[in-house]
Amino acid sequence: MALSTSSAITLNINGEKHALPVDHRTTLLDALRERLDLTGTKKGCDQGQCGACTVLLDGRRTVSCLQLAVAAEGREITTIEGVADGERLHPVQQAFLDLDGYQCGYCTPGQICSAIAVIEEHAAGWPSAATADVRPGPEVPPLTAEEIRERMSGNLCRCGAYVSIVQAVARAAGAEVTGDAEVTA
Amino acid sequence: MTTTTTGSSALTGAVGTAHTRVEGLAKVTGAARYAGEIPFAELAHGWLVLSTVARGRIRSVAADPVLAMPGVLTVLHHGNAPRVEGDYMGPLGPPDPVLQLFQHDRVPYVGWPVALVVAETSEQAREAAEALTVEYDTEPHDVAFSAGRSGMHTPEGSAAGKGDLAAALAASAVVVEAEYTTPEEHHSPMEPHGATAHWDGGRLEVIDSNQGSRFVADELAKLFSLDADAVRVRSEHIGGAFGSKGTRVHAVGAAMAATVLHRPVRVVMTRRQMFTLTGYRSPTAQRVRLGADPDGRLRVLDHQADCQTSTVYEFMERSADFGRPLYDADAHHTVNRVVPLDVPTPTYMRAPGEAPGSFALESALDELAEKCGVDPIALRVRNEPVVGPLSGLPFSSRNLVACYEEGARRFGWADRDPRPGIRRDGRWLLGTGMAAATFPMLSAPSTAVVTAEADGTFTVRIAASDVGTGARTALTQVAADALEVSPERIRMRIADSSFGPAILAGGSMGTRSWAWAIITAAGELRERLALGGAVPPEGITVRSDTSAAVGALAQTQKERYTFGSQFAEVAVDVSTGEVRVRRMLGIFAAGRIVNPLTARSQFIGGMTWGLSMALHEEATRDQASGGHVGADLAGYHFAANADVPHIEADWVDDPDPDDPVGIKGIGEIGIVGAAAAIANAVWHATGARQRHLPIRPDRVLRAAGGAPGA
Repeated sequence: MALSTSSAITLNINGEKHALPVDHRTTLLDALRERLDLTGTKKGCDQGQCGACTVLLDGRRTVSCLQLAVAAEGREITTIEGVADGERLHPVQQAFLDLDGYQCGYCTPGQICSAIAVIEEHAAGWPSAATADVRPGPEVPPLTAEEIRERMSGNLCRCGAYVSIVQAVARAAGAEVTGDAEVTA
Repeated sequence: MTTTTTGSSALTGAVGTAHTRVEGLAKVTGAARYAGEIPFAELAHGWLVLSTVARGRIRSVAADPVLAMPGVLTVLHHGNAPRVEGDYMGPLGPPDPVLQLFQHDRVPYVGWPVALVVAETSEQAREAAEALTVEYDTEPHDVAFSAGRSGMHTPEGSAAGKGDLAAALAASAVVVEAEYTTPEEHHSPMEPHGATAHWDGGRLEVIDSNQGSRFVADELAKLFSLDADAVRVRSEHIGGAFGSKGTRVHAVGAAMAATVLHRPVRVVMTRRQMFTLTGYRSPTAQRVRLGADPDGRLRVLDHQADCQTSTVYEFMERSADFGRPLYDADAHHTVNRVVPLDVPTPTYMRAPGEAPGSFALESALDELAEKCGVDPIALRVRNEPVVGPLSGLPFSSRNLVACYEEGARRFGWADRDPRPGIRRDGRWLLGTGMAAATFPMLSAPSTAVVTAEADGTFTVRIAASDVGTGARTALTQVAADALEVSPERIRMRIADSSFGPAILAGGSMGTRSWAWAIITAAGELRERLALGGAVPPEGITVRSDTSAAVGALAQTQKERYTFGSQFAEVAVDVSTGEVRVRRMLGIFAAGRIVNPLTARSQFIGGMTWGLSMALHEEATRDQASGGHVGADLAGYHFAANADVPHIEADWVDDPDPDDPVGIKGIGEIGIVGAAAAIANAVWHATGARQRHLPIRPDRVLRAAGGAPGA
């Protein structure tokens, strides 16, 4: 008897349940884009190198191209379509819009999902490679520009919008951008 | 029916003020749909199969086993593909023969398309494509690019010059002669090239990711021998292009398969396929000779730039063009040479020619400044031409010195100690550098359709493309001012070939050329509306065509360019050779800036490309296989967020009262000179010249004979 190559699964996406049969090879990214018409999540490389497909899986950022749809069953999936509060944009979305933290917009949903998680990771005291003192303490070190750059480096942007992205993430986090060399004397 | 007025009071002044992007909300919410994201019923998925050998002939394509696989609908290859025409002239010359998909058995490089597998789902198509066995009769290949190698030749029209080189060299008190190289570089837009094609009532409809919907529609019509209006191409949102998104084989393949299968077919390239199917910037090997008086006044400017092309199509990276408008010299000679190799055809990539050319010439200028003991800015100012050095024509506007002065002031250049290798910050050596930038200002004919609607709004239709430049927003502002209404009353519809002929987004001439067409149509519409009367339900529509006006401007011969100055500060790790850029500043003279918010993003984006070019980007070709090593976004690293410091870009006034538009292009000048400014800063930090890009740690260490500054 041939082994089954597909399964009926239920995905919990942006608070809604979606039942669908999927080919076992289908990635979460392709399930979102090609099966559920949730095309806000982008495919940039399909091999985990660019971050364009970043979604939140149980609140943590994940590249959905390296996640099989069948393995995402039972988990809370948040995509770019689900980060706003109804008509009210998420502060990260608003900051990207106001500060022009994008150009072509293709990496933007992944950048925004990533930034939402970055702000939470930082607030929870998670260190990064840019954190000078990684010992746990009562004070969370400031979210400097250097910290944002390091933490956002899993999301490539070919238009070169990083300067505005850093400013947008800082504004959304309510952080003063500090630790940045001034360009002009 | 209502009466429409176009505003009675002063100009609304949308141009010159910051506006967030018209499509911004759609982009930050994920609602903006790109080419591969429009749903279609009965959609089939195509997957391209590329050659694995660098030269030879296809002996066999084992289609039958693949056709028996689940969901597979067809396998198109040279044995069964419909006829594709290749004998025509496109707007950029004859077509690259790769567009004649599956018309013969010859293979001219690794990554040449040999088949398209179409299946019900993308998973099925991918599995079948990977299972397809293609056998080849191989021939020896040659992919080794180097300066002056055999086969290097000088095509007609690729050299320019004046003056006696030998005499001017003999008269030069100071001579700099050096060779510079830049590697193969790839556009790597974040959105892979994708298209969905289907037939709708006798018309081929293609949703495609490209830089020019009309451009691609015209080319598809010619390829498939269809009437021009039997093809419609739309490209509402485009996820970056940078020169790589003209007509590409995915669109041809999708159209071919849709024709064969009578159903919609989508073809999206994989990231790996993009490295051979979408063009790239040729590697360059450049020799620069500068001769000067002791005070730095140039007697000799001699720039020879070699590049590669494929064996099927000649595309030249015209690096030596860069110096032609920039500096005068008694003997001024520039030549571009090219060698055909068994490699994919290169193409236009952000500032084609100027990006690698500026690295070589602006580095050499810095070397001359060092030899003469003259400040690099003073050296450049000393060699400012009054008229075009080769043409003798006046400049339409040239505010380069203002860029130097404003840049120097803001960067703190006056305090700079010119001596190299003397500044330390812990384990870092510090240095600063600068370079000049220039890029031609071009215009091309376009058409626009502007309608005054009965409800008091205006609809503008133009086959423009917004590849991330902000063109949609800029054109909205331009239209608002031209109609003397607020931007909220403008409905800007772009990227649909049915709107009429328009230049593609390229050569930094899109927004300028499209704005010209919109201003022209809007002006006539205002005249019509000024006659009074009510606007009928269908509105009042005016069409424009700038062909005659663009032609007339070309008759008033002038040197038309944008200019800029680039400044960078770097830190070089004395033990690892790592280079970190600490800050960059770019000051540009680029005509009227339509939208300061998005213009700044575009300038900074270009400068980020320059940083990336200086330090990171390098595609590596394996001589044995003829193909790439690491053709993906890990193997081909372009700047990530942590590589990029705070960058500032600004501009000086650059009025040109005689120009009918006043807007110049800004898409490319941001990258020009940026890599040279960084390389010059690395010299200032370490005392060692870096003449080969990218400036990798191993090169920094080797130049220092171990560890820099040790």
